[in-house]
Amino acid sequence: MNSKNLLNTFVELIRRTSSDLPVDVVSAIEKGLLTEKRDSIAHKTLQMILKNIDIAREKSLPMCQDTGTPVFYVNYPAKVSQIDIKKKINQAIKESVYKLYLRPNIVDTLTGKNLGDRTGPGYPVINFEEWKKDYIKVILMLKGGGCENVGTQYALPDSRVNAVRDLEGVRRCILDAVHKAQGRGCSPGILGVCIGGDRVSSYEESKRQLLRSLDDRNKNPVLGKLEQSIMRDANKLGIGPMGFGGRTTLLGVKIGSLCRIPPSYFVSVTYMCWAYRRRGFEYENEKVKRWLY
Amino acid sequence: MVILNSPISKKDVVKLKTGDTVHLNGIIVTARDVAHKYLIENRPKEYKRLLKNGVLYHCGPVVDRVGKKWIIAAAGPTTSIRQEPYTAEVIKEYGVSGIIGKGGMGDRTLNALKKYKAVYFHAIGGLAQVLAECVVDVKDVFMLKEFGSPEAMWILDVRDFPVTVTMDSHGNSLHKTMYERSGAILNSLITKGGL
Ligand code: SF4
Repeated sequence: MNSKNLLNTFVELIRRTSSDLPVDVVSAIEKGLLTEKRDSIAHKTLQMILKNIDIAREKSLPMCQDTGTPVFYVNYPAKVSQIDIKKKINQAIKESVYKLYLRPNIVDTLTGKNLGDRTGPGYPVINFEEWKKDYIKVILMLKGGGCENVGTQYALPDSRVNAVRDLEGVRRCILDAVHKAQGRGCSPGILGVCIGGDRVSSYEESKRQLLRSLDDRNKNPVLGKLEQSIMRDANKLGIGPMGFGGRTTLLGVKIGSLCRIPPSYFVSVTYMCWAYRRRGFEYENEKVKRWLY
Repeated sequence: MVILNSPISKKDVVKLKTGDTVHLNGIIVTARDVAHKYLIENRPKEYKRLLKNGVLYHCGPVVDRVGKKWIIAAAGPTTSIRQEPYTAEVIKEYGVSGIIGKGGMGDRTLNALKKYKAVYFHAIGGLAQVLAECVVDVKDVFMLKEFGSPEAMWILDVRDFPVTVTMDSHGNSLHKTMYERSGAILNSLITKGGL
């Protein structure tokens, strides 16, 4: 593997992700703007967000100063070494801090010390999966801290929200999560949801749902219907951008499900802020085959 | 829209109401977790003049050094509620007139805003580039070596820095009102059922 090319591709991936929001997200924000009353706080807020997105793209600078936890999803053919890829990613992060695409964003939890341009356990997060195709596919999500803090998990039945183990119960949990997140997750937000799994796999799948494009349709009609119903109802809550009031509370809802064992029934919600930074590439024969999103 | 110069006189503070959009001009001082702890535990006297009627900004900027000059490369607000244990005391001790952050703050701060006449300004979360462009000059930086760049206290000169008053000096909180109002809608949506 030509290590220089792959390293540069990773740095470019980080630059794009941090400074240039994908087109599906931008058009969802633009659509939201059309539903808000002119001169309302909601309208002004969304306008300002769109302006911010433009400046970040033009200047190649982080659209938000919290450049988040870098979460990588890597699919690779058997001949590629995970260790090699990991090394490249860590090097690319160092370089990106230097180039101001990333803030020095890693802290030793026990000492509170900022580790600067280094990496360490838990930062970045890398999900590896071998596949049968003979090229590499990488997706990067920069997951902000403010919105990660409002993610939540319910174990059904949950009497706090009057939810039993059916889809109506799931609906109640998700709407409750949107209500509780207000003002704190930098709305308008996007929800990744998983029904089922164990505590860990459920959260993991809820985050993975955010890799779907905002305009796609759920392959499962039951979940598709649930997504639409949540979208409709959440935007009736009146929370709006930043919780200042308005119609644009959510830009999207993506729901998946995993099998479970009979004793458990989890509903996990990952909340993503409007700065929904995800980008990707496919890499073959030492060069980028295509950029994703 | 209201245009205000910082430092902000208490007379101007009491005129502000929740929902007002404000453009701030003048000096604002960044302060995050470490700075708040320091302000309360060490009570440095030399900060009193700086912060009297001043504005604190909950922000850990991305800063670049070009020659001898500091350039703010990204500067959006960080979550304010983390400063709840300190803020009431900071307002009292230093006579601060305004706090800029995101997400709003709790009852202790709301009471202090009322008692000592100060307001909470909400900046748009994630607006790092628009807000960085409002910074016309970095006047100084305190505790850079001790706290590191994101936690240091940056003295910023800003123009037309856009914020919304979400907690005023009369005991009102837009956050509280919104939470209750949307909670009522949530209850009715749940009773109706939706699938
Ligand atoms: S929640 Fe998102 S937009 Fe808000 S500060 Fe964090 S990363 Fe930035």
